[in-house]
Amino acid sequence: MTITALPGVTDAVMNPAIKRRPAEGFTTITLIVRRFDPEVDSEPRWVDYDVDTLPTDRILDALHKIKWEQDGSLTFRRSCAHGVCGSDAMRINGRNRLACKTLIKDLDPTKPIYIEAIKGLPLEKDLVVDMEPFFASFRAVQPFLQSHTAPPEGRERLQSAADRERFDDTTKCILCAACTSSCPVFWTDGQYFGPAAIVNAHRFIFDSRDEEAEVRLDILNDKEGVWRCRTTFNCSEACPRGIQITKAISEVKAATIRRPDKIKIA
Amino acid sequence: MVSLKPAPAPGRVPLPKAPAGTVYRGHEGMWSWVLHRITGVAIFFFLLVHVLDTALVRISPQTYNGVIATYKNPIMGLGELFLVAAIVFHAFNGLRIILIDFWSVGTRHQRAMFWIVIALWVVTMAGFAPRQLMVIISEVAS
Repeated sequence: MTITALPGVTDAVMNPAIKRRPAEGFTTITLIVRRFDPEVDSEPRWVDYDVDTLPTDRILDALHKIKWEQDGSLTFRRSCAHGVCGSDAMRINGRNRLACKTLIKDLDPTKPIYIEAIKGLPLEKDLVVDMEPFFASFRAVQPFLQSHTAPPEGRERLQSAADRERFDDTTKCILCAACTSSCPVFWTDGQYFGPAAIVNAHRFIFDSRDEEAEVRLDILNDKEGVWRCRTTFNCSEACPRGIQITKAISEVKAATIRRPDKIKIA
Repeated sequence: MVSLKPAPAPGRVPLPKAPAGTVYRGHEGMWSWVLHRITGVAIFFFLLVHVLDTALVRISPQTYNGVIATYKNPIMGLGELFLVAAIVFHAFNGLRIILIDFWSVGTRHQRAMFWIVIALWVVTMAGFAPRQLMVIISEVAS
């Protein structure tokens, strides 16, 4: 059967050799996505997609365009799409980023953009990994306030501004796993607690209202605890919330040797 | 319904041959750690051989002298050059890691400290390498 090409717009569709021209203001970028379908593939494979995007679009928008317009089977996680829920951490051009916080204009749109799942956690499908080992480490450090004294009658537990400031940085964590899955130690040693768990332990160890710092320090003063940190600073660089993670880890290291309230704050 | 997926234009984007993942693009912190590991393992194997050959002197000084004599060739000379390069980096970067862990603002200055380590390495090697190369050349010439 001969397909008669309609004049004008359909030319590009009918004849792939004709260069597609994006609409005004849009640029065609190439996304190379490392895809994996456990029902079909034995190994992940790279698939490339051309997407028309605005410079102010995010990688998440480009992934949506692929999923909605080109291939509905592309699988990835996202919820809020505004850098709060921490669902869409992935490796963009070799670095862990949130797809919803990475703008096209901040990358080089003339070169293909490589997208793959975060490293060190079991790959389930395309950009989705099994987060259970990550959350297991998180739960293991007891990330909740523990106090054995009752709060003053009918009052909250008060805290000075300075005491609140002490752990302010580590309250920002959204549990996206960008840090833990950027850590070379975590890639090879699945037993290591990883940066995110230590960040969340730090948040309570240095909280003046909490009384179980010693228990958390005992948990982390372990062969697979804080001492596995080799200060590669990948975690600090990957954190979409800008948490100084390596600094927090080194403060926990110091707290296992000295009492937490004796550690000098830089 | 015509598929909207555009066929890739031929020869535009070279597709990766192996389906492996990309190398994680770390910064100074990660690469200094990689170098620290490589130099550390290299130094360990040197020390292993070094302890063994030095132990020979207690068993048989003649054999010890014989073994040491075999080291006096240009290939071992270059090996010594690499050994010193590895030890100098490992030593200076080791001090950097100690400062990261124990100096209260160490983590903030880790990047600057890495480049100081590289600068100190260059200065030290600039002192050692020419002399070592002259020794190697004089060995070849004699």
